Amino acid sequence: MAMFKLKVNGKEQSVDVDPSTPLLWVLRENVGLTGTKYGCGVAQCGACTVHISGEATRSCQVPISSLKGDVMTIEGLSADGLSHPVQKAWLAHEVPQCGYCQSGQIMAAVALLKQNPKPSDADINDAMTNICRCGTYPRIRAAIHSVAGNGAGKA
Amino acid sequence: MTQLNRRHFIGTAALAGGGLALGWTAPGTVFKALAQKPIGDAAAEVGIWVAIRPDDTTIVRIARSEMGQGTLTGLAQLVAEDLECDWSKVKAEYVKPEDNLAKKRAWGDMSTGGSRGIRTSVDYVRKGGAAARMMLIAAAAKKWGVPASDCVAEKSVISHTPSGRKLRFGEVAAAASQLEVPKDVPLKDPKAWKIIGQPVKRLDTVEKLSGKQIYSIDVKLPNMLNAAIAQCPVFGGTVKSFDADKVKSMPGVHSVVAVGPGAVAVVANSWWQAKTALDKLPITWDEGEHGKVSDASIAEFVKSGLDTKEAALGQKHGDVEAALAGASKKIEAVYGTPFLNHATLEPMCCTTKVDGDKAEIWVGTQNAEGALAATAEELNIPPTNVKVTKLILGGGFGRRGMQDYVRQAAIIAKQIPGRPVKLIWSREEDMQHGYYRPITQAKLVGGLDADGNVVALHARIAGQSILASVAPSRMENGVDKLAFQGWLEDEFGYMAIPNLLVDMGVRNTHVPVGFWRGVNHNQNAVYLECFIDELAHAAGKDPLEFRRAMMSKNPKHLAVLNAVAEKAEYSKKLPDGMFRGICQNSGFGSFCAAVAEVSVSPKGKLKVHRIVAVTDPGYAVNPDQIDAQVAGSFAYGLGAALYSENTIKDGRVVESNFDSYEVARMEDMPQVDTYIAASGGFWGGVGEPTIAVCTPAVLNAIFAATGKRIRSLPLKHQHLV
Repeated sequence: MAMFKLKVNGKEQSVDVDPSTPLLWVLRENVGLTGTKYGCGVAQCGACTVHISGEATRSCQVPISSLKGDVMTIEGLSADGLSHPVQKAWLAHEVPQCGYCQSGQIMAAVALLKQNPKPSDADINDAMTNICRCGTYPRIRAAIHSVAGNGAGKA
Repeated sequence: MTQLNRRHFIGTAALAGGGLALGWTAPGTVFKALAQKPIGDAAAEVGIWVAIRPDDTTIVRIARSEMGQGTLTGLAQLVAEDLECDWSKVKAEYVKPEDNLAKKRAWGDMSTGGSRGIRTSVDYVRKGGAAARMMLIAAAAKKWGVPASDCVAEKSVISHTPSGRKLRFGEVAAAASQLEVPKDVPLKDPKAWKIIGQPVKRLDTVEKLSGKQIYSIDVKLPNMLNAAIAQCPVFGGTVKSFDADKVKSMPGVHSVVAVGPGAVAVVANSWWQAKTALDKLPITWDEGEHGKVSDASIAEFVKSGLDTKEAALGQKHGDVEAALAGASKKIEAVYGTPFLNHATLEPMCCTTKVDGDKAEIWVGTQNAEGALAATAEELNIPPTNVKVTKLILGGGFGRRGMQDYVRQAAIIAKQIPGRPVKLIWSREEDMQHGYYRPITQAKLVGGLDADGNVVALHARIAGQSILASVAPSRMENGVDKLAFQGWLEDEFGYMAIPNLLVDMGVRNTHVPVGFWRGVNHNQNAVYLECFIDELAHAAGKDPLEFRRAMMSKNPKHLAVLNAVAEKAEYSKKLPDGMFRGICQNSGFGSFCAAVAEVSVSPKGKLKVHRIVAVTDPGYAVNPDQIDAQVAGSFAYGLGAALYSENTIKDGRVVESNFDSYEVARMEDMPQVDTYIAASGGFWGGVGEPTIAVCTPAVLNAIFAATGKRIRSLPLKHQHLV
């Protein structure tokens, strides 16, 4: 066990955990932010996606001891949880079904759009590799296109 | 090979028996139960399905479980329709299973599977809304001193037609809650529906955009501990020994506990600490009798069911043997499909707190009554001493109808009385301890006459029975009728075939099987609809025309097939390099048909460009959610068609995570064009029916593209060119 300081959603946190503890579990169990989900633990599903220094990162693969940079989770995306353009698009397209993967999907989409404000379908395929078992992929694609101003959802 | 181990059997008894195991009565007493006690926020209960606050906020009670399929919203629409309330004022709230138990199951069956959520509750929830409207009107009429027949309700406002006086629902709800619930409750004509049939927004979206939605993995309670579990890798095996001393001093570890004969759990302050210690815990397993079972031995065993004389009968008419003997042409093919894990993205988890002879659980479940019963049974306490908080499921797909993880949480928590313990399965445990879609093969034999008409069809299915494994009480005279989904008279679309025999050589392995979205329709539709394509090809006929010729006795099947042909512009040539496949299937009370458009590159790479789907669910409650379910079912089905399988080596599941158990991702997802052809007059399911038409349409399109018939899944093992 050791003390670690980290900045999450603009707020300084200090946690006393084993240095190998993944950021995912630090966020969920020590910081108390459960919007970031566990799905696989091996960087396959993307449910744990957060931003580290603005980059979409799978937090299950980041031991707390190696964390460098500020963390933003789904809870930090907007003050009211609704007003970020990607959240608005998700609502307008009624994207979520069970919703479990959607924190990670939204964080991945926000990072994509920041890097590439007008992504093509191929760009979306490359960037959005998160798993959704409910199969909301068509609506995720349409929502991303709508934020990008790509018309009805076709690139 | 087989059989049922004890844990497995009890795990399902509660599922199968549900409330019956507790001596609960069947639903039907809904309107006898008077609920006059006002609930929180000054909401008045008007009957049992509706509570209304003074500001008109309308709380609709939902007994079924929401796992993404939209049932929560759909059921609320059904209640709201006959209630005549303002939809914008509606909120949904779960019924608690202990309340249902206390009220003799007034809210009916709470289990949510088989695409039944709406179609089997539709009658009593609509009556619940209508009864509440009648009570509200009666209360207003009484206040005004006028006959109720002179009053009408619309958008949460009651009007006295002759005088034009108005009262809001919220103003009379308290008075209405004191009235007797009417028994004779007429329902609105479907033509007058204003909320049913509308693509209203889901009631449960907002919390899912901000990370605020609490799933069972997110439960946090004072003084709570976390548990990580390891189950014997070989199904049916047991724990021989474990050395708790090796991990007891690791950070955060509280205890190491046996979980029945087959599992051990580490309990710690945090789940990560529990998991870290569990990974270091020396465990010796007794693998039992199945440690040598492999894919090869299972395949051989299943195959033996293709020719056995001891077959369970599904459907039979005419004389198949004679007709085949007299046929001009006889076609035969053998198909096969693998075990498949549900792989809900949220792994199994349940939090349980045991206090003396009382228990409380927090769980995402498709069967909250079953969870209550299982907890009571495991702890040997009265069912009335168990409280259940239902949480939104991070995916169900049939997996969360099982109670194995709920039982485990009870066993663990019992050993740490007074403290809530949250059990979370790792992905690896979840992948390797599922209730898999059953492995089956099918031998199909068809006979054509000289004009290329089908004169006989024999489908012999071989493989595992779900009901034998998890719900033996639902077998009929020892036969698992569910194994024939799609092939029985109520679902089979080609009843005009004069000689038909469908039977099954049951081959139960030691691998637990269960209900996987679409259940047996998945593989059965592949067998039927791909083989029909094979027959069409052998007859030299177009697959659509060939099907139409056999559907004279199945007008609803034919209607969706015709509709999909029209919507997909089947008669028009596709661009070069693009090919289409067509199929139809009926299941869960609905009728579906699909056309898939694919291309296969010279190197054999498949791309599914588009699937056009037509669904007839009778009545469509929420078209936008039906669209979501159709596309979603195709993602689930396509992942299975392309990649997913669970293989067995040394008695255990080989795949452990999404790197080895691949599923559909964004890049695999075709454009999905959904059409709803609701013909009215019946209520069909929506969550599952369409999954069955995804794979056969794609496989038939692959044949059109390559001339190669794929008879074994997943496609990742197949060379398409």
